[in-house]
Amino acid sequence: MRVLIPTPLRSYTGERAEVAAEGASVRELLLDLDRQFPGFRFRMIDEQDAVRPHMRVFVNGEQTLSLDTPLASSDEVQILQALSGG
Amino acid sequence: MPKLTAKLRSKVRSARSKVALLVGTKKGGFILKADGARRSFELQGPFFLGNSVHHIVLDPRDRRTLLLAARTGHLGPTVFRSTDLGKHWKEATRPPAFAKVPEGEKGRVVNHVFWLAPGHASEPGVWYAGTSPQGLFRSTDGGDSWESVTGFNDHPMYRAWTGGEQDGTPDGPKLHSILIDPRDGAHLYLGMSSGGVFESLDRGGSWAPLNQGCEADFLPLNTGIEYGHDPHCVRQHPLAPDVLYQQNHCGIYRMQRPEGRWERIGKAMPKQVGDIGFPMVLHPRDPRTVWVFPMDGTSVWPRTSPDARPAAYVTRNAGKSWKRLDAGLPRKNAWFTVFRQAMTADARDPIGVYFGTTCGEIWGSRNEGAKWACLARHLPHVYALEAVELGR
Repeated sequence: MRVLIPTPLRSYTGERAEVAAEGASVRELLLDLDRQFPGFRFRMIDEQDAVRPHMRVFVNGEQTLSLDTPLASSDEVQILQALSGG
Repeated sequence: MPKLTAKLRSKVRSARSKVALLVGTKKGGFILKADGARRSFELQGPFFLGNSVHHIVLDPRDRRTLLLAARTGHLGPTVFRSTDLGKHWKEATRPPAFAKVPEGEKGRVVNHVFWLAPGHASEPGVWYAGTSPQGLFRSTDGGDSWESVTGFNDHPMYRAWTGGEQDGTPDGPKLHSILIDPRDGAHLYLGMSSGGVFESLDRGGSWAPLNQGCEADFLPLNTGIEYGHDPHCVRQHPLAPDVLYQQNHCGIYRMQRPEGRWERIGKAMPKQVGDIGFPMVLHPRDPRTVWVFPMDGTSVWPRTSPDARPAAYVTRNAGKSWKRLDAGLPRKNAWFTVFRQAMTADARDPIGVYFGTTCGEIWGSRNEGAKWACLARHLPHVYALEAVELGR
């Protein structure tokens, strides 16, 4: 499926803003992204499997907070760095 | 063969290598390279612009490998490694991280890697990392993958020793000052803000507090307590490893092992300046000589230079007396602080002493603090400085 990558994580994707990855859930998708782009997952998911503060995951435009959210191959996943600070 | 004097050794070293400062800042890393005479300095960088770089350390065992602790405000913490003195960097495949806890429990999360320490000379590839919140991690592959030192991180007393997040520094509680006894790689010390100084004799398998004699005026019982102290910076002399010093939240201390009691040597500092500060630097050859950089620790703790007149202080008699070193420094209106990792010394003769400020300046003295010069300005807030020798 199509995954949109925010600028802070593009150093892992060879500066690509959009990549393809697979997975039946957000958790599996992130594991696939980490396989393709080592180090990617830990920068946005902490060791307790929580999405780090300021990072957001949207599936077809809807925000999800759970890594267990199911995915279909036709879905579009967008990873965003939320606006914070001033 | 005649014995070389320190001055001659310094000249030989100068012909083979140059002093450089590894600079960690709030917005990236830099290297400040000196010429052979340490008169002019050239700034290289930034690398990892936009990342908070808490520490950059050269491996003294190969003098080529650099480890760098980084995080941005939004991405998780990590460690980068270079084996060609910073030309190329590779991220750790497994950065320091606490163990995952069972579903429903609240687990610890590394906010940032704060301190990096190469292991013993006989253990190439071994490194230690201290984190915020307090965590101790070890790598045995040169910093590529990191394992929790469970003897500390899962110690039954961990929670009591470290307190809560509210007991940490304004930038979070920290584990720092990881010291490896040069005579014995299994003998470790560490410092925690807060928590105190702790010692292990079995490579981190078990730990005991080492805080007797140290004050903690922010606790109901100021003296005699075992842990909960706030060492800002702990140093062990490389040639006299039984000599420990610490700049603490409550003064400057010295300990002579095997005795386990801290003696407050900061009492000899001028009363109007006090003995509060963050950093502490030891003379690499003389265990009686120590530099500190006092700050205002009165009332609400402004953490600025006392009276806005910055100065280093040096003792050459293990703390019996202190001398003010401010020649060349601003005489007034200098409201900066020097953080605990941001003061360092080279090994030349005379010793070069250097410090970086919260307002982005780096100052240096090539005559042991007798005269200071500003080496760089307009950098981001300086977190860490390490003086190293880089080959030609």
